[in-house]
Amino acid sequence: MNLLDIVLAIPLIGFMVLLLAPRASHAAIRGLALGFSLAAFVASLGLAFQFQTNAPGEQFVTDLVWIVSPNIHYHVALDGLSLWLVILSTLLTPICVLVSWQSIQKRIKEFFAFLLLLEFGLTGVFAAQDLFLFYVFWEVSLVPMYFLIGIWGHERRIYAALKFFLYTFAASVLMLTAIIYIYNHAGTFNYSEILAMISSGRLSFGRNEMLLFLAFFVAFAVKVPLFPLHTWLPDAHVEAPTAGSIMLASVMLKMGTYGLVRFCLPMFPGAARACAPWIAVLAIIGIIYGALVAMVQPNMKKLVAYSSVSHLGFVVLGIFSFTQIGMDGAVYQMLNHGISTGALFLLVGYLYDRRHSLAIADYGGVAAAAPWLSTIFLVTTLASIGLPTLNNYVGEFLVLQGAALANFRWAVFASIGVILSACYMLWLYQRVFYGETHDQVRDHVFDLKPREWAAVAPLIVMMVWMGMYSQSFLPVVGKTTARILDQTQVNVQFQVHGAPGVSTEVARAR
Amino acid sequence: MPVNVAPAGIEYVRFLPEIILIVTGTLLMVLDVMLRDRAPQAYGHISIVALLGAMAASVIANSSPGPAFSNLMVVDGFATFFRVLVTGVGVLTVLSSYRFLQREGAEAGEFHALLLFSVAGQCVMVSANELIMIFIGLEISSISSYVLAGYLRDDKRANEAALKYFLLGSFATAFFLYGIAVVYGMTGYTSLTAIRAALSAGPSTPPPVFIGVAAALMFVGLGFKVSGAPFQIWAPDVYQGAPTPVTGFMATGAKAAAFAIFLRIFMTAFEPISGEWWPLVWASALMSMTIGNFAALTQSNIKRLLAYSSIAHAGYVLVALAARSQVGTAAAMFYLAAYALMNLGAFAVVAHLSGKGERFLSVDDFAGLAERQPLTAALLSIFLLSLIGVPLTGGFFGKFYIFKAALDSHLVWLTVLGLLNSAVAAYYYLRILVVMYFREPAEAAPQLEPLSAGLRAALVIPAVGTLLLGIFPAWVLDFAGKSSVFVR
Repeated sequence: MNLLDIVLAIPLIGFMVLLLAPRASHAAIRGLALGFSLAAFVASLGLAFQFQTNAPGEQFVTDLVWIVSPNIHYHVALDGLSLWLVILSTLLTPICVLVSWQSIQKRIKEFFAFLLLLEFGLTGVFAAQDLFLFYVFWEVSLVPMYFLIGIWGHERRIYAALKFFLYTFAASVLMLTAIIYIYNHAGTFNYSEILAMISSGRLSFGRNEMLLFLAFFVAFAVKVPLFPLHTWLPDAHVEAPTAGSIMLASVMLKMGTYGLVRFCLPMFPGAARACAPWIAVLAIIGIIYGALVAMVQPNMKKLVAYSSVSHLGFVVLGIFSFTQIGMDGAVYQMLNHGISTGALFLLVGYLYDRRHSLAIADYGGVAAAAPWLSTIFLVTTLASIGLPTLNNYVGEFLVLQGAALANFRWAVFASIGVILSACYMLWLYQRVFYGETHDQVRDHVFDLKPREWAAVAPLIVMMVWMGMYSQSFLPVVGKTTARILDQTQVNVQFQVHGAPGVSTEVARAR
Repeated sequence: MPVNVAPAGIEYVRFLPEIILIVTGTLLMVLDVMLRDRAPQAYGHISIVALLGAMAASVIANSSPGPAFSNLMVVDGFATFFRVLVTGVGVLTVLSSYRFLQREGAEAGEFHALLLFSVAGQCVMVSANELIMIFIGLEISSISSYVLAGYLRDDKRANEAALKYFLLGSFATAFFLYGIAVVYGMTGYTSLTAIRAALSAGPSTPPPVFIGVAAALMFVGLGFKVSGAPFQIWAPDVYQGAPTPVTGFMATGAKAAAFAIFLRIFMTAFEPISGEWWPLVWASALMSMTIGNFAALTQSNIKRLLAYSSIAHAGYVLVALAARSQVGTAAAMFYLAAYALMNLGAFAVVAHLSGKGERFLSVDDFAGLAERQPLTAALLSIFLLSLIGVPLTGGFFGKFYIFKAALDSHLVWLTVLGLLNSAVAAYYYLRILVVMYFREPAEAAPQLEPLSAGLRAALVIPAVGTLLLGIFPAWVLDFAGKSSVFVR
């Protein structure tokens, strides 16, 4: 039982405790939820301190037999990729608890129970080292999110919840087929053993590699979401309660990109390289399309949702550039997007709590009514559009650099997205915060309360920290991405198109 | 064949579960005169004791496995697994029927006597090793359930259900019997092991066409019993019309027993010609899954919905049979156990909510259940998530093992189509969750009665079982794996 197991166990215990708690004692339920989520966060900070940057391989390994036949293990561990994503999940959960403190008024017990169950599923997804266990966590995280959207969401919540569940579920059954197929050939679900077998040539999927790759890829691409599989996302985001939007945008979308890096690339390198140009094109379409659609949205949450499509396009582009720099940038961008888009949804949620509207037209002149809220929103907006010294800048720069190394035209088109993001975000800011102050706004929109400060402050600190001193985070990430890139060099059966050849040199050069 | 005229004592031990059930069933009919007005609950108590006794006797019998009565029956792990399963289904059916019968004013000894006879017939089926014996078990079980389906004799729909079930069931049994006759005519045997030997005996094998015809006839009969497509037409009407606890019983116990003989006949007697019959099973599996799931999408009556879902689930088990391997047999066994638990739970909830005269059977009648009765809603959610196949429930591991077995046997397309089917199925199960959790209760919603003790047990036991199968599947799977080797 090491620290990672404790981080995983705390939310699960919290979930069970909350289920047993008496329904009427609201204060106690909120307190318990905050206590458990903070405990998980503190424990996960311990992970960061104890993590050996220079040690090879996974750390905090626990490998216990769960089921003998088929050979399924409870096998969890962390590397540089999953470490920060686990901490991201544990950081955002207490923030979500704080955000929902007052805004959730019905069925409080179930709400916080589902939030903790969601945290358990998410941390599990990032920590699992056994393909089967990964699938279990993947699906388990689906159920609480379904209820969060469906019970506590806005008007069209039922439609959004169903669409969200069915999209993800349908895509992931294909992944299950692929996982079983791999098990039948490899005889194990153990991730590192499978990788070792592939790189030593003992395991080869032959012609089926492409099909297996696609089975995994579609499951992840729906989750990311990659254009044209993104249509569930605006619905789910807009209809979800604030906490649901935050968890969905900040962590759940990362499950998809994490899966691409963790499974698609190293396990099916040949197919991944063969498909890379196509996927990069889809990613670029997503970047530009997402930005253009965001620009014309009359609804703030929908705008932020489409901006996510755009931002996640950068992540996918970075991953499929097959360069060390692009990959590092993609991973960093996952974290950045988690922080800054999480903060955006949180702030939009604050506005909604006050004015009870998401329509941009209902606002105007908020800056006069609530100066601190406006300042914080401005910082977040600037972070989101990639202002230097704030976090997104670092990630986007690395991704664009990686994309340029792979294929210069990709970088040119993708950078259009950066410009567009400045347009729609600043325009949003202008319409909501400047201009004449409506009476409705003056009467209802008050400034941040201490509890709200507590929720948003950590995110602002992280934006500045990650923008100013990325060296706290990147070296650990780089070790892992380098290993994954090495793995993609083996056993390439498909024709490699010109560009990735360059990436090989880049990878070696670092 | 040598005929052992005087059975040894141990053979009676191997037959003990059936003896207990038949004797108690007969006793209940006699006691009816004394108990009817004084202690109507006593029938249920006696039945539960008898069923638990039969379950214990099955376990005891398993400690001395072997044939009985001149090889007519055999006690092996397979038989024991299904005996425990069908008696367990019987117990849960009785538990969920206490309140139901009281509400309908229909407490009588016949109900429980017929239930015990039906379970006894299923026990005979699963432990028979010979076609005539299988047929006798099938008839005992079927005829009892025809009557049970029409047990509420003042209810029009129940009458329709019983008549339909009886007519079509008789046809199916006739097909099955005809198949037996052809096999006997071609090989001269009715014992499964002897037929297998005759079919794999090289040059002197009987003409394959006739054996194929016999297998096809039996396939028709059994396909009807398990409600696999294209012989599934009866299921929705019968499931809808029959009293809810009986529907649960037919959808789980009767189906499990029918699958048990399906597996035993096709994996022993007809195993040598498995290359011939598996495309049939393949097609039937795909049709059952597709028809069941797509038809369920549009249902608004919860019992019809569960009926179509039960057709789809029969399809999943047929996938395991199409794999025609030992792993496939074990997967089918596991799935049937998981399916019995989750489906019985779901039907128990329906029995609880339907109200007197089964008036509230629309999916919309579940609106706001999460607020009206949180515990019932939570338990039903577990069953529904398991029926969808979400991890950490028994239904997930059941599907996982079945499709793993199918991939082992290189049935890639059937696996892909089957899993996509399960994604379609998610929609209609989720619809029930939506109504329970996301809708407010209707204003005219009837006052729900609190869960009675019997129903509470009939809900909590399957829920715990479903979760246990989902977290520690190895307990059941190991036994299924060991028992999937048939006596040949």
